Amino acid sequence: MGNIIMNLIVAAVLAGTPLLFGTLGEILTEKSGNLNLGVEGMMFMGSIAGLAGAMKYEAVAANPSGSVAVLVAIICAFGCGVLGALIYSIITVTLRANQNVTGLALTIFGTGFANFFGEVLGNNAGGYAAVGDVVKAGFSNVNIPVLSSIPVIGRLVFSYNSLVYVGIITAIIIAVLLNKTRIGLNLRAVGENPSTADAAGINVTKYKYLATCIGGGICGIGGMYVSMVTCSGIWVHNCVSGKGWIAVALVIFAIWRPKRALLGGLIFGLLSIMRLYIPLKIPMQIYDIFPYIATIIVLIAISLRRKRENQPPASLGLAYFREER
Amino acid sequence: MEPVNAIELRNITKRFGNIVANNKVNLDIRRGEILSLLGENGSGKTTLMNMISGIYFPDEGQIFVNGEEVTIASPKDAFDLGIGMIHQHFKLVDVLTAAENIILGLEGEGRLNKKSVSKKVREISSKYGFNIDPEKKIYDMSVSEKQTVEIVKVLYRGADILILDEPTAVLTPQETDKLFEVLKNMKNDGKAVVIITHKLNEVMAISDRVSVLRKGEYIATVETKDTDPQQLTDMMVGRAVSLDIDRPDVKDPEDRIIVKNLTCINNEGVKTLDDVSFIARGGEILGIAGISGSGQRELLESIAGMERVKSGEVYYVPPKEDKKVSLIGKTPLEIRNLGVSLSFVPEDRLGMGLVGSMDLVDNMMLRSYRKGKGPMADRKAPKKLAETIVERLEVVTPGVFTPVKNLSGGNVQKVLVGREISSSPTVLMAAYAVRGLDINSSYTIYRLLNEQKQQGVAVIYAGEDLDVLLQLCDRILILCGGKVSGIVDARQTTKEEVGLLMTHLKAGAAE
Repeated sequence: MGNIIMNLIVAAVLAGTPLLFGTLGEILTEKSGNLNLGVEGMMFMGSIAGLAGAMKYEAVAANPSGSVAVLVAIICAFGCGVLGALIYSIITVTLRANQNVTGLALTIFGTGFANFFGEVLGNNAGGYAAVGDVVKAGFSNVNIPVLSSIPVIGRLVFSYNSLVYVGIITAIIIAVLLNKTRIGLNLRAVGENPSTADAAGINVTKYKYLATCIGGGICGIGGMYVSMVTCSGIWVHNCVSGKGWIAVALVIFAIWRPKRALLGGLIFGLLSIMRLYIPLKIPMQIYDIFPYIATIIVLIAISLRRKRENQPPASLGLAYFREER
Repeated sequence: MEPVNAIELRNITKRFGNIVANNKVNLDIRRGEILSLLGENGSGKTTLMNMISGIYFPDEGQIFVNGEEVTIASPKDAFDLGIGMIHQHFKLVDVLTAAENIILGLEGEGRLNKKSVSKKVREISSKYGFNIDPEKKIYDMSVSEKQTVEIVKVLYRGADILILDEPTAVLTPQETDKLFEVLKNMKNDGKAVVIITHKLNEVMAISDRVSVLRKGEYIATVETKDTDPQQLTDMMVGRAVSLDIDRPDVKDPEDRIIVKNLTCINNEGVKTLDDVSFIARGGEILGIAGISGSGQRELLESIAGMERVKSGEVYYVPPKEDKKVSLIGKTPLEIRNLGVSLSFVPEDRLGMGLVGSMDLVDNMMLRSYRKGKGPMADRKAPKKLAETIVERLEVVTPGVFTPVKNLSGGNVQKVLVGREISSSPTVLMAAYAVRGLDINSSYTIYRLLNEQKQQGVAVIYAGEDLDVLLQLCDRILILCGGKVSGIVDARQTTKEEVGLLMTHLKAGAAE
């Protein structure tokens, strides 16, 4: 019994990590007042860029190493996510177009982008795109001397792949940034009330661009996790398949707090692998709607409690133009 | 010795599309003095000051600060020059604390040190006589507390030129006095203070010099001690205007709205109205006084059918009929069709009653679109109505097809009140109809209310300015914390008595 629960938790953490990255990226983005519905697209872009980067590294390096491959994949995925978010920022911040429409377009663009280049990569590799064993080993579970061999705790805390820890550290960094630093204070002000932030001398455009682009990059890492860890370094058509949308919902679940995103990622990860571990004799599709039901319940709970701190950033989804009357 | 000008404006021009907001304006702002910038709504006062504080950029002209020509391209440039502006609509982030709002956008060490900020905020507060809790969240604050935060915010940034845009519009008389004390302390400290206002008594009370703008043009600057309200009004309006408010005698009053033991509870379970009873009569103006948030809004909205009533009764007596119609449970539309009209001007002016992005004609149609026959909307009648209102109330607009949000605040209000009156109601409830309006427009509104009263309409007027309530109304109902603390005869009472009733419940005060 204890073993089953342990397996369940480990599986939930592994399944929840890409959601965590997507959620953290979108929290950072939304804190600047930009509602970027393109998380799915940016994750797709990150997934293919990460895989392509790792493959390229494997091909050119004389003596490829797993950990360098992880680093290369992170940088490529982050960069490609930034690219997607940059397109979004130019359209919504500089040209002040509708954020919802732009975000949806980015999702469609990113999905097509990844699947197209996934096919190209596969054709060039003669059949399907995949990384070799050395690189794959870089994305497998770590084995920390002593710590990993502690009973129970070693398995529960010190047995994951390196990206899981990157995700947790990212969450902590964003939490500290938002709550303890001047930059975070300014960013929150931009998302709440850009005209106030502007009048206070904050460069609203700069904050929106930076938060959105870095957020997009983090989403990209989430996508890379899907292709490199979940799919074991093989390009699978449509691999992200809705994880980006769950991340958007998770932002609400986390009420825009990075630390709660950790909990949310774990719970939603659990909900998404439940059908493999807890057979309830119900159709698979019912399992699939659990995360969304949870989101709706959280939404209702938040709006019932009406606590001001739990509301979305006040200017979320609105373009800012200083001289507007 | 010639005093050094803190700021000089030379030939400043600013246009918004076809509207010329400022045309070749010259202005001098000096240290150690309080300058009033006086003008009607839409005369370009706020626009002009926004150019000094970096919100707008002038199309033409020069700005000199301390004798040197400068370019102010952003609010940050303004801060660096020591210019701080307290906007009419506060620029504060609700979910942050006072201290967080104050340090917003400032450079300094990356990590926030809330303790040292709080300490400095308290220092500034005690220096100028403020009272402020740095750890309090903005959404928990009253309007006057928010204003204090705004002022401390600019002082914290080391501003020595302060611009206040209609700072008293939302304050009670007591709060205004306190603010003026603070402003005088700043003046004595050698700071340059500009106050934008259209309240003449305040101009006379606080300022050293007065600069007058009219329709975007600079008219003149006079020493306060050499002028009087009448002269200022004439300069502001461009022609002689009488400063007395008419109060025709009440003729054949008949009961029109009867409210008995009305109690309302808001979402948080707090009583917003507590056992309120009164009668509003046709042919008279009933004033409603009270500190903001004492239940004025809830009272009017419960009559208009927009507020859920916990207990009590509201009756409407149609003219020349001997019956009572209960308004409780009726929809706002049914109540409006009975002839009970509400024009509520909220603090942001838009929001209740007008749609900012729609033009004047379409806003007129919000009240009349149900009247048309067939599926097509009839724009002729609303267009005519819009034109009439523009002409009668002197609304400054390029045309009736201009989106309402492009008009200045006062003009927006004239459109709203004008439309409500045009539906020829039997009960006209006007809340804060002159909020932020200049003197000429305010008098136009008072005249309109008096016309309605003389036609036998029961007018209920919720206002902020006690002087006006005392001059305009026949009776005044005073609310204090949702309870009626008194109903007084406006011809007999004094400002002090009403002021006292606003803050204290007096047993047995109701007549």
